[in-house]
Amino acid sequence: MYLAVGRTRPSDGTAPDRTPSAVRPGGRRRLTGTVVALGTVSLVTDISSEMVTAVLPLYLVLGLGLSPLQFGFLDGLYNGVTAFVRLAGGHAADRWQRHKLVAGSGYALSAVCKLGLLLAGGSTPALSAALAADRVGKGVRTAPRDALISLSCDERDLGRAFGVHRAMDTTGAMLGPLVAFAVLWATVDAYDAVFVVSFCFGLLGVLILFAFVPGREAGPARPPGRAAATLRETLRLFRVPAFRRILLAATALGLVGVGDGFLYLVLQKRLALDVEYFPLLPLGSAAVYLLLAVPLGRAADRIGRRIPYLLGHVALLGVYVALFSPVAGWPLTILVLVLHGTFYAATDGVLMALGGPVVPSDRRAGGMALLQTGQSLGRLFASVGFGAVWTLWGMDNALVLAAAALGAVLVLACVLLPAAPTPAAPAPVTAPEPS
Amino acid sequence: MTLPPLSLRARIIALTAATAVLATVAVGYTVAAADGDGRSPESVAAPGLTLDSAPGLYHAARKGNVRSAPYSSSGTGAADGARSRNTGLSCDRFYASGRSAVCIASHPGISQKTKVNVLDRELNTRKTVVVGGIPNRARVSPSGRMVAWTLFVSGDSYASSSFSTRSGILDTRTGYLVKNVETLQLYLEGRRYHAPDVNYWGITFADDDNRFYATVATKGKTYLVEGDITTWKARTLRRNVECPSLSPDGTRIAFKKRVREGAKNPWRLHVLDLGTMRETPVAETRSVDDQAAWLDDSTLAYALPGRAKGTSDIWTVPVDASAAGPRLLLSDASSPSMVVAGG
Repeated sequence: MYLAVGRTRPSDGTAPDRTPSAVRPGGRRRLTGTVVALGTVSLVTDISSEMVTAVLPLYLVLGLGLSPLQFGFLDGLYNGVTAFVRLAGGHAADRWQRHKLVAGSGYALSAVCKLGLLLAGGSTPALSAALAADRVGKGVRTAPRDALISLSCDERDLGRAFGVHRAMDTTGAMLGPLVAFAVLWATVDAYDAVFVVSFCFGLLGVLILFAFVPGREAGPARPPGRAAATLRETLRLFRVPAFRRILLAATALGLVGVGDGFLYLVLQKRLALDVEYFPLLPLGSAAVYLLLAVPLGRAADRIGRRIPYLLGHVALLGVYVALFSPVAGWPLTILVLVLHGTFYAATDGVLMALGGPVVPSDRRAGGMALLQTGQSLGRLFASVGFGAVWTLWGMDNALVLAAAALGAVLVLACVLLPAAPTPAAPAPVTAPEPS
Repeated sequence: MTLPPLSLRARIIALTAATAVLATVAVGYTVAAADGDGRSPESVAAPGLTLDSAPGLYHAARKGNVRSAPYSSSGTGAADGARSRNTGLSCDRFYASGRSAVCIASHPGISQKTKVNVLDRELNTRKTVVVGGIPNRARVSPSGRMVAWTLFVSGDSYASSSFSTRSGILDTRTGYLVKNVETLQLYLEGRRYHAPDVNYWGITFADDDNRFYATVATKGKTYLVEGDITTWKARTLRRNVECPSLSPDGTRIAFKKRVREGAKNPWRLHVLDLGTMRETPVAETRSVDDQAAWLDDSTLAYALPGRAKGTSDIWTVPVDASAAGPRLLLSDASSPSMVVAGG
């Protein structure tokens, strides 16, 4: 018998910035410093990475004279590598109970890659290697970071904690392109300056992590008598019924969640939108996500996390329906972007808040990695599958199929997701006895 | 790796100091880059320079600065870079022919805008088409009436980070503009063909200002198409042809042929005889990723990566493979096009 949350919550009061659950006069508990620190790390890191993402095509084509078509085909490979690395990162963090170190290595690797891009010059293999290493860094850090968030605060606040983190993360993602184009404008297309500034932001993120996120000494104590997480132990999480159900639901919903690129493309075709405005669509979704992440996270804490998670997917279904509706022009754009942003705000961080508590704290990073990987592999198959359906049967049929599949899986997810973990009574989770 | 437990104050001070250092590096590098590598030093056009008064090899020199260099086609052909004259234009891609020219310049920003400036023989902008994407190819018909361009666009496909191309055509006489030629009725190997992944690039015009050639790609294969602007139809002629370029006499097409899968040295320049449909490789053995330009009926010019990162040089090669090999024509230059005196 093993109690996952509450008891194992780190409770040392030595660091004044991370006193959990300090009750404020209004009755709202303050978020721990760790959540805010990790949010800041993500904000700064996302500025760094989105700076590069925004200028990379321009750099490849105009700066180096390469064809971007050469880089497209590597994308599928990257996704596979990222899935594997994410699982490895989560497992390593659990195994050595070094979440901060593993996450920090991921952040540091990505930061160094910005300089790698600078040094790679026009060499396609070197550029590909730098981009791949950047993805590896991202894959490694995600699960330990989310585990740190979930272990740093009271279980009742998880929804809000992930909401705050995701809002800060998205803020960084929106600022990145602005910073990049400001640098490009100021230097008249000096891409190297963009990479250097991006590196500085990346390094700053690593420093904030090491200065303000508590490390091993404050980490989750492994209960006496429990062995370090082995690969088999992590895989044994499948035997936890609540976790298995959440993982199944997340993967199944991922399998019917058509990729963002696909949705924006449908929107663009419906509106006959000029390509130059295309990059503004994700910004619209991100703005809605940013505004709603915290309120929806709080709501999730109050009413139970499966409700916003399921309703978020209803919003996604709403996106499909809206794309079919007679609504056109700006109202359609706004409707789709609001629904799409709501979908992210209600599902992305909320899934972690939903899944986190059912995983024992010393298996937390591995469990979160499994959830994230299930969801993203589902999405990867979905985008390949829907791309094929689109090519074969056309856009409208693909969309109908997507909507029908999502509807069906939503019903399945309603059945699958445990209603039990409520904020009032944190459900103790039974882990299998070590054999 | 874990830091020794420092007080909160010490950590804040350390981080503030580190932030100051990083900010200094970032700002310092940016300022240095802005100072040292800034705008083209000579953005002022040579007085009286027009396509008529300065025939020769037009090219985009350092920083996209478009210049016209005297070119003598006698013997092996040589361009005199030292006596080149400045047009005052700054373009990512440039092409001049007949009585007009096209200058494509990108304006980086959140929405990736690119201006296609159509210029008259005085090199004054007659029309500007704003499109989204990253400049790739530019062409003008031999008379100067028709203008075409290709841009890379992202987010136009199922996978969000993959790229496709988008080509447009402008008739400068009628003002008729097609921003995306994918509306062409395409006949693939004789049969009417529809697919959402159809992609065109590298348009080249015949001298009747109606017929054109281009590359069409679908399902991972590329084809040479012959198109007709009046009927707005296109039919494929041959597989594995990219970036076609029609010879001045209209009998042959220079193109890049994919000879290797993957990203390492995939292309080789070939010439296709439209009468016999026989293709022959030229003497250039390096992988050329450019839409070649004909300097005369027997010489091709194209850009290849230069020694310094991000630079390119213009090379020439005779279309007759048995003749001499490739020669360096101009270093630190791209976008070659030939404007013939009195043309």
